[in-house]
Amino acid sequence: MSDAVGVQSAPGNTGFVDDWSQDKQVFGVPWGKAMMWIFLLSDTFIFSCFLVGYMSVRIATTDPWPNPSEVFGLEAFGVQVPLLLIAIMTFILITSSGTMALAVNMGYRKDRNKTFWLMVATAVLGATFVGMQAFEWSKLISEGVRPWENPFGAAQFGSSFFMITGFHGMHVSAGVIYLLVIAFRVKNGFYEKRGGNYEIVEITGLYWHFVDLVWVFIFAFFYLW
Amino acid sequence: MAYVAIADRDHEQEHHDPQTFITKYIWSQDHKVIAVQYSITAIFVGLIALGLSAMMRLQLGFPDTFSFINPENYYQFITMHGMIMVIYLLTALFLGGFGNYLIPLQCGARDMVFPFLNMLSYWVYLLSVIILLISFFVPGGSTGAGWTLYPPQAIMQGTPGTDWGILLMLLSLAVFIVAFTMGGLNYVTTVLQARCKGMTLMRMPLSVWGIFIATVLGLLAFPALLVSAIMMLFDKTLMTSFFMPAISSMGADPGYTGGSPILFQHLFWFFGHPEVYIVALPAFGIVSDLLSTHARKNIFGYRMMVWAIVAIGGLSFIVWAHHMYVSGMNPYFGFFFATTTLIIAVPTAIKVYNWVLTLWQGNIHLRVPMLFAIGFIFTFIHGGLTGLFLGNVTIDLPLSDTYFVVAHFHMVMGVSPVLVVFGAIYHWWPKITGKMYNETLGKWHFWMTFLGTYSIYLPMHYLGFQGVPRRYFSMGNTEFLPESAQDLNAWITMSALFVAATQLLFFVNVVWSLMKGPKADPNPWGATTLEWQTPDTPPKHGNWGHELPECHRWAYDYSVPGYEDDFIPQNVPADKAPAGREHGADH
Repeated sequence: MSDAVGVQSAPGNTGFVDDWSQDKQVFGVPWGKAMMWIFLLSDTFIFSCFLVGYMSVRIATTDPWPNPSEVFGLEAFGVQVPLLLIAIMTFILITSSGTMALAVNMGYRKDRNKTFWLMVATAVLGATFVGMQAFEWSKLISEGVRPWENPFGAAQFGSSFFMITGFHGMHVSAGVIYLLVIAFRVKNGFYEKRGGNYEIVEITGLYWHFVDLVWVFIFAFFYLW
Repeated sequence: MAYVAIADRDHEQEHHDPQTFITKYIWSQDHKVIAVQYSITAIFVGLIALGLSAMMRLQLGFPDTFSFINPENYYQFITMHGMIMVIYLLTALFLGGFGNYLIPLQCGARDMVFPFLNMLSYWVYLLSVIILLISFFVPGGSTGAGWTLYPPQAIMQGTPGTDWGILLMLLSLAVFIVAFTMGGLNYVTTVLQARCKGMTLMRMPLSVWGIFIATVLGLLAFPALLVSAIMMLFDKTLMTSFFMPAISSMGADPGYTGGSPILFQHLFWFFGHPEVYIVALPAFGIVSDLLSTHARKNIFGYRMMVWAIVAIGGLSFIVWAHHMYVSGMNPYFGFFFATTTLIIAVPTAIKVYNWVLTLWQGNIHLRVPMLFAIGFIFTFIHGGLTGLFLGNVTIDLPLSDTYFVVAHFHMVMGVSPVLVVFGAIYHWWPKITGKMYNETLGKWHFWMTFLGTYSIYLPMHYLGFQGVPRRYFSMGNTEFLPESAQDLNAWITMSALFVAATQLLFFVNVVWSLMKGPKADPNPWGATTLEWQTPDTPPKHGNWGHELPECHRWAYDYSVPGYEDDFIPQNVPADKAPAGREHGADH
């Protein structure tokens, strides 16, 4: 045992710091998970910069900002429903977080079959989201929305829309690939050879939940505002 | 909670020793080899940037003399010099080079936590450097927008390199950020999760602390640069108007509307100011270790030093707009940013006092690394004090965009970190190569560099007070400048060429040492930190042989009374040597 273990912590802040800085892992988690946390923190800053940049140009532009409820409305059964597609997309993505959480649980139970299928379900939901996003893009493009101009108002509307949803869509697409790779590794016993450790499922889940969370912010700041 | 074995955690993944030349030196996953690869690449591009600065100085010192330097070239030299020095040399060398080499060795780990990712980090970095270098040879040349790349001029006709240069610059930056992220995640996770037994955070050498906090800053600051690079790429290629206002260019309307150039400045400096500390904090840490080792005395106020690094890192995120006083802002914001800027002087001053107090009554050995470390204290105090001037809005306004600013940031984040780089290379050279360098040559290198840089930058302060504007190709007939300003410029140019030439001494020393240098002692300086206690010099793959080291004390047990040696390595158990003067409750 190390000489630092078993020492009574000093009271107050010193003890607090000593506890955190012991000669053990700062976070009692696998290295990959700690690294994923740090990566997601960094990625948070990327999306924050995108959103702050979007808000800033929205304030700076002198042209009127289009009303997202109208631009993103769809006609269903003869009724114009605002944000219909976006609502469905959001629902699908949130649902995929649910299946992901179940997959993590099944992973820890070492139920490889259920883990596999739940991860595939998550990937399918994610792919559906990306597909609907492609539909949304093509609809807007057919209506004349371009990164440099659009018929509804400020040019920055299209610029921000394509940039932010594009960057998020790339994250979702990467997540789908990541999910499928891990899912098939779970299925074919890759992790059995490595001590039957399925924490990788949770690490994948961290990324997936993060991408969902980012979408919630994009939804709130871009579509609802 | 049960004790979690740390550095040996992945024992099921055996470290397979690389066999062939290619796996050993080219596609290597060994952190030491990657560190050397990073360093060589960074120093190579640094030499190019040094050459560019010589070209700029030739023009400034002797205008109308050199026909091969025209205004377009000059702006390209400025831009590429700044960008290469700050990002591709200093950031890559401190974090990719020294971070890679020192973190696992000083923490007592066998390697970084994810060696493959670490290898990828270097090769992606090399790709970013290649993209950067290609931009010199494309039609129109590299970008001449200034290293800050401010829009709208960065992408408008009339600025050099708006066809291809700026695209490749932005692309190269984005690729660099990907590379840095892969490396940075490794450094942070290794420090947090993979230290050896007994190596508490508060026993880590300050080098590791500095590199660690700098990496955290990088992971949080580079995203802002990435986003601004992406937005500007879109402004350039897709004609979006994130940063571009409605503007007339050469009598024509390029088609932009309603963007915000100030937004770019905010994003850029949200990255740019932490970037200063990404370069400075590793230098702070390394210089602390150099001073303590060569003064045979424990670092003064270790805990304070750690907290000062953390505090500086935190504060560096809320001072960015002090680069933008002249861009115009609400006076209350100016007040806020001036205040936070000046507050940074407090932890910084603590560090300077502690360095000086470490030297106080120490057994100072004026070896080459120590000379560079002490030289750093001089240049850093110097550059830091002028920073206090420029942090005040009212003083910054007249001095901004003059040579005073050039002198300030070259002293504080050019000369100072570079002195530490040299000091660190001399200090760790015996461990990295197993050879000694020529001490006399090293001392000549120090004195000529140190005095030479003062000869360059001290007169620049004076030129700045006189109002000589920075970034100008030539002064022409400027009424308010006396003719002597030009004499001073000629003097500065000659000094700069002299300093550039003296760097040859360093490379001569490197070659001499590699070819004919005597075999180095495993621990020539009598240093306490773990990297000097490796079974082999240079350390082999896996660093520690069969047994991982155990850390029993802090990194600064020098000249402990009642012990035969004047240093006690960190892996000497408490029952073999006195407990030393470790900070904490029980001493």
